[in-house]
Amino acid sequence: MGERILIEGNAAVAYALKQINPDVVAAYPITPATEVVQVFSEYVANGEVDTEFVAVESEHSAMSACIGASVAGGRVMTATSAQGLALMWEMLYIASALRCPIVMTVANRALSANINIHCDHSDSMGARDSGWVQLYSENTQEIYDNMIQGIRIAEHEDVRIPVMVCYDGFVLSHALEVIETNTDEQVQQFIGEFHREDSLLDVDNPKTFGPLDLQDFYFEHKRQQAEVYEHIQPVVEQVGKEYGELSGRSYGPYELYRMDDAEVALVALGSTAGTIKDVVDELREQGRKVGLVKLRMFRPFPAADLVDILGGLKAVGVMDRSTSLGGFGAQLWTEIRSALYGKSEVPVLDYIYGLGGREIQLAEIVNIFDDVERAARDGKVEDAQLIKYVGVRE
Amino acid sequence: MALRLKDLAQKPELLSGGHRLCAGCGASIAVRQILLAADVPVVAANATGCLEVATTIFPYTAWKIPWIHSAFENAASTIAGVEACYRALKRRGKYDREVKFIAFGGDGGTYDIGLQALSGALERGHDFVYICYDNQAYMNTGIQRSSATPLGAATTTSPCGTVIPGKTQRRKDLTQICAAHGIPYAAQVSIHRWRDLISKVQKALAVEGPAFINVLAPCPRGWRHPENKTIEIAQLAVDTCVWPLYEVENGITRVTYKPREKRPLADWFAAQGRFAHMLRPENAELLQRAQEEVDREWERLLRREECDKAFVEQTEAQGQ
Amino acid sequence: MSAKIPSDAGWRELPEAGIIPYAGNAEEYNTGDWRTHRPVHDPEKCTNCLICWINCPDSAIIVEDGKFKEFDYEHCKGCGICAEVCPDKVKAITMVVERGE
Repeated sequence: MGERILIEGNAAVAYALKQINPDVVAAYPITPATEVVQVFSEYVANGEVDTEFVAVESEHSAMSACIGASVAGGRVMTATSAQGLALMWEMLYIASALRCPIVMTVANRALSANINIHCDHSDSMGARDSGWVQLYSENTQEIYDNMIQGIRIAEHEDVRIPVMVCYDGFVLSHALEVIETNTDEQVQQFIGEFHREDSLLDVDNPKTFGPLDLQDFYFEHKRQQAEVYEHIQPVVEQVGKEYGELSGRSYGPYELYRMDDAEVALVALGSTAGTIKDVVDELREQGRKVGLVKLRMFRPFPAADLVDILGGLKAVGVMDRSTSLGGFGAQLWTEIRSALYGKSEVPVLDYIYGLGGREIQLAEIVNIFDDVERAARDGKVEDAQLIKYVGVRE
Repeated sequence: MALRLKDLAQKPELLSGGHRLCAGCGASIAVRQILLAADVPVVAANATGCLEVATTIFPYTAWKIPWIHSAFENAASTIAGVEACYRALKRRGKYDREVKFIAFGGDGGTYDIGLQALSGALERGHDFVYICYDNQAYMNTGIQRSSATPLGAATTTSPCGTVIPGKTQRRKDLTQICAAHGIPYAAQVSIHRWRDLISKVQKALAVEGPAFINVLAPCPRGWRHPENKTIEIAQLAVDTCVWPLYEVENGITRVTYKPREKRPLADWFAAQGRFAHMLRPENAELLQRAQEEVDREWERLLRREECDKAFVEQTEAQGQ
Repeated sequence: MSAKIPSDAGWRELPEAGIIPYAGNAEEYNTGDWRTHRPVHDPEKCTNCLICWINCPDSAIIVEDGKFKEFDYEHCKGCGICAEVCPDKVKAITMVVERGE
């Protein structure tokens, strides 16, 4: 049994990094993830880890160095946010295509312009096509737990895909929470040793990584890669179960909060799920049959499960802390609606909120539930009412 | 120990035939000579460009060493990651081979888009050699100008038109930029002097820490010279002092070849279609500017060598 | 196409992660048919200085026991550099029009 400690989100990330003690960390500081690199550097300077820490000169170089180290057979981790994630965008695709089991934390922050250092999900949402597993964390405990599980998921022989552990910038990164940790031994035993079968350092069997594909092979390579994602959810579930045996906290692709007899529900990612739980409790006191689906695993997208969970409800509200400019609705809503199409007629509404760190109030969430219940009663939604912005001054 | 071709010819060819670089490509000659310099296994990262593209068209690879291409601007940061992992695995007792690390990049992926990653890797002191094969333009995408393109050269983005006669800017001196990072070794080499090239690469591989080698890689297609003249063109570059052969070892500059007879820049221009316009009477002033620039830089290099030589002698004298 | 990765290979048959695990298999690819001229060697004149070998862009000069053995005509692109760099006093290599023999 580990300890109960009071810790800041970013420091918890650094602490998990320390317990994992990867071979290489190549990272660049960016608000609000900066402390991760700073605290980790202290561990390095004090010899508490023997990780090779590469203080790269940009996030693009961070991911490039991570890829080099991972292909060389190392266990590799890094951390970033927003503009940093955006800067390494081309490398994200390359990391997943080269099957690098890198684990990276992303302190979710808004994308410029204007420059805003506060929380929203535009950064990780923008990377959803890059082939990374994406896990979202509701609180600091989940960040810590997700990182340790992330190593097992990424390195699993059926996976070998990089994992992005997302957590809300400032909301979680800079808040103090009490978490339960595992011991160093428990973490090391849980993650085990890493060995890459086809390694760049295998000088007796030289291989070429990242060659040129012409029109005759790229499609087959991508199709081959796409197949891998069909097999990731069982691994996430299995690892989540084993983690439960280790720590008493088990995980799956989502968490259902008071959904057993719910008639309407909200779906949310990240820390807002915690806020919604409080509103659900409040409304339940009033006899309203509401619930929350907290999605933890956004990639791969657990479509079948969500159809089962949401398809039989009377109405669903999707909380999007990001927006797809010029798109029809925001990202989470689009994917949920697409999954439900042809399977259920349940009205699904989109609530775009919290951009640039705008806090969402309890009262606003109550209003959202009111809105969703109205749609449940009407059995449908007018087009004009389908997608709403919550909390912006008109 | 003196290098002999007979001995080198006994080593395995690490770049196989069957790659699709142009006939007469300077870059492939450079790589063959460079790989002969290593006596332990070498692992390479390669930036996007002619060399990378033409040697690894799936499912064929010409490389007989472990090799990775990730993107265009990051050969240096990719190899930095490989090297960091190597250090970590060795330290943890998980790997016990001795390996050397090389990053290959063209002038495109090195002088321009790759400069940041290169500078970062040099500053952090990774133990690797960065080899820039400089063909003085973005050749693979169709001969566009780079910051390595010399003054006056015609490229597809600095064409010789009726108003503007080719590239109007001088080129960057990347070898000096790298030396200015204070790395243990930086050098310029040419494929027509294989012994100078291979011994410098050996020095670069032997130093602990970062080393930079700039090799001029004539490009028959982009420079518009016959494909059988590649070695001759390389020689011309050195004999006109356009591409001096020198090294900077722990801050001390040494010129390793001085042409017996310094040839005029016009000879260099006359041999290549990309400079044909430079010999026209209306561009006489431009030609003169270009010649003055070459002379100035050559003189400056010789002065630096003299200065460093005096410094070394003085230091040794004081030491006694 | 490479004997080990046929041109009609389906996605299930390809090595993972886009890797080419066969070092130097470019040797299976014939670039010899690019030539318009082929180098011809005169062993009577050749001094085995090996200057041609060190300057061949295509690793197409085979050396054995420190001596010129043969050209690798499967890969030689006929650039003619070997004929150029062969020392003036020797000129053991001539470029002749490739007739596909």
